[in-house]
Amino acid sequence: MNATSAEQASAPVTEDALRSVLLAGERPSRPGPVLTSLTFGWRALLKIKHVPEQLVDVTMFPIMFTLMFTYLFGGALAGSTQEYLQFLLPGILVQANVMITMNTGITLNTDIQKGVFDRFRSLPVWRPSPLVGALLGDLVRYSIGSAIVITLGLVLGFRPVGGAVGVVLSVELLLVFSFCLSWLWTMLSLILRTPNSVAGVSMMLMFPLTFVSNIFVDPKTMPGWLQAVVEVNPITHLATVVRGLMHGSVPAGEIGWVLVSSVLLVAVFGPITMVLYRNKK
Amino acid sequence: MGKLAIETRGLKKSFGKTHAVAGVDLAVSAGGVYGVLGPNGAGKTTMIRMLATLLRPDAGEAQVLGYDVVRDAHSVRSRVSLTGQFASVDEDLTGVENLLLLARLLGYSRPRARRRAADLLDAFGLADAADRQVKKYSGGMRRRIDIAASLVVPPELIFLDEPTTGLDPRSRNQVWEIVRGLVAEGTTVLLTTQYLDEADQLADRIAVIDHGKVIAEGSSGQLKASVGAGSLHVRLRGPEQRAEAERVLAAALDVPIELSADPVALSAGISDPERVARSLAELSRSGIDVTEFALGQPSLDEVFLALTGHAAEKTPEEDAA
Ligand SMILES: Nc1ncnc2c1ncn2[C@@H]1O[C@H](COP(=O)(O)OP(=O)(O)O)[C@@H](O)[C@H]1O
Ligand SMILES: [Mg+2]
Repeated sequence: MNATSAEQASAPVTEDALRSVLLAGERPSRPGPVLTSLTFGWRALLKIKHVPEQLVDVTMFPIMFTLMFTYLFGGALAGSTQEYLQFLLPGILVQANVMITMNTGITLNTDIQKGVFDRFRSLPVWRPSPLVGALLGDLVRYSIGSAIVITLGLVLGFRPVGGAVGVVLSVELLLVFSFCLSWLWTMLSLILRTPNSVAGVSMMLMFPLTFVSNIFVDPKTMPGWLQAVVEVNPITHLATVVRGLMHGSVPAGEIGWVLVSSVLLVAVFGPITMVLYRNKK
Repeated sequence: MGKLAIETRGLKKSFGKTHAVAGVDLAVSAGGVYGVLGPNGAGKTTMIRMLATLLRPDAGEAQVLGYDVVRDAHSVRSRVSLTGQFASVDEDLTGVENLLLLARLLGYSRPRARRRAADLLDAFGLADAADRQVKKYSGGMRRRIDIAASLVVPPELIFLDEPTTGLDPRSRNQVWEIVRGLVAEGTTVLLTTQYLDEADQLADRIAVIDHGKVIAEGSSGQLKASVGAGSLHVRLRGPEQRAEAERVLAAALDVPIELSADPVALSAGISDPERVARSLAELSRSGIDVTEFALGQPSLDEVFLALTGHAAEKTPEEDAA
């Protein structure tokens, strides 16, 4: 049967092979939302593996910010860089994570422009799972960013009185908050047309959000009206908590604040995101 | 005719002022290939996206495999597959990773997913490329992994949106073989195309759409018949007589004469066969040397021209919509 083998060489898809894959046996049963979300999370990790360049924001932002603020402003703001570092580092950790969350929106916007999201949306799976999965994958990015900031801080002389427990707890709280905040960016990424506009608008929100807070300086020196703004900014509460935990206190009330604002972020931006996602053109 | 796989009534979708789909009634019977033929921008993708539950229609109704695409979207989703026009798998991932991802999402256990992915890669001649990122695949391989990804769980109905646009002839043939194989196994295929010969070759029935409307529907033979008696093809001994031949034919046939790229050829759609004989007599009386004078079934190109008044705008690859 020489003719057949020659034919197979030119047409790699043979009728028999096709028939056998089409008779695949019983249909698998539908997986639940947790499994599908985790599977999409796995996709995000695979993408990090194949395109490691995308980690540049997770590594460069935190290093730049830590070094710049410590050495540029440390002396002026706190008398010495060492003293300022103790105050600043927990704040930088918050800043770095919040900055990294922005990337979620930009990535998602790029992703949705591609046809593969059409395929995901046409699957019989829990509808939010592609988004939830992407956010779960981002947790890895936040963890990497946090590890870099903390390591760099320790090298520069940061000494957390709260010890390993305090550090781990504060990072976990940060991950929760970042996951919840990400829904703001997923919403934006579904409203705005291009990744560039997502980046622009995110920056515009991000700067006031992180700078009009207690991350870099104690708000005591600010005018009263600004202090009022700082006080309602959830980032302020988050920084207070992280600072507290790292330095050995447990600001229970503030932790409550952070958790409530996290829940609110998801409760507001999650459903809006899903409505936009469902009606995406 | 068996039961209907797809039925739409007055289906509409607009984007701002663009009426992408402007009231489409379709009845697609189960089994076989249904071709949706139309130029770029005709509304093919928009229609498929509504049928695959990705876009909500502005008006009208659509039932796919008996389920309403809006009210029963989930039932539709679990029975159909969509192979989109562009990048329907993740280009950053490898071929096997893409299939594993889908197999897991569709509920296969890890070992079964692995087996399924391997079987599909084998069947589609992609086993050697399994561990390569899809962005490094050739056009033909891309299309095969796109289609393989739609068969992870074999669907009852598969939508293929311009599956061969931009492919070289060999890869195109492979896709055609896949389509024929799917049909042989009982899958219903709805495919869109800008290529007239593709619809002619593959589809049992064809809907021609233009500006969001179905302008003709039927088997390829019916479409051809509806256009007219057929077409006349004339070839001359030399190109210098073509202008004169065009004038004579136009007068004798009373229809527009087409001048093809071939400098000695002319053609015309025929409405009245009576006039054809007369036109041949006119040509010889005018001293024009005719080497070929043939009456044929109209091609789908001519069908399109006759139906829309303009030629199908073929813009493979670089099209942006
Ligand atoms: N998301 C969208 N937003 C705005 N206009 C769109 C969108 N999708 C398609 N269109 C417009 O709708 C018309 C039909 O497009 P499409 O369905 O992609 O046609 P085809 O697939 O036949 O090329 C085109 O004019 C196109 O520009
Ligand atoms: Mg299209």
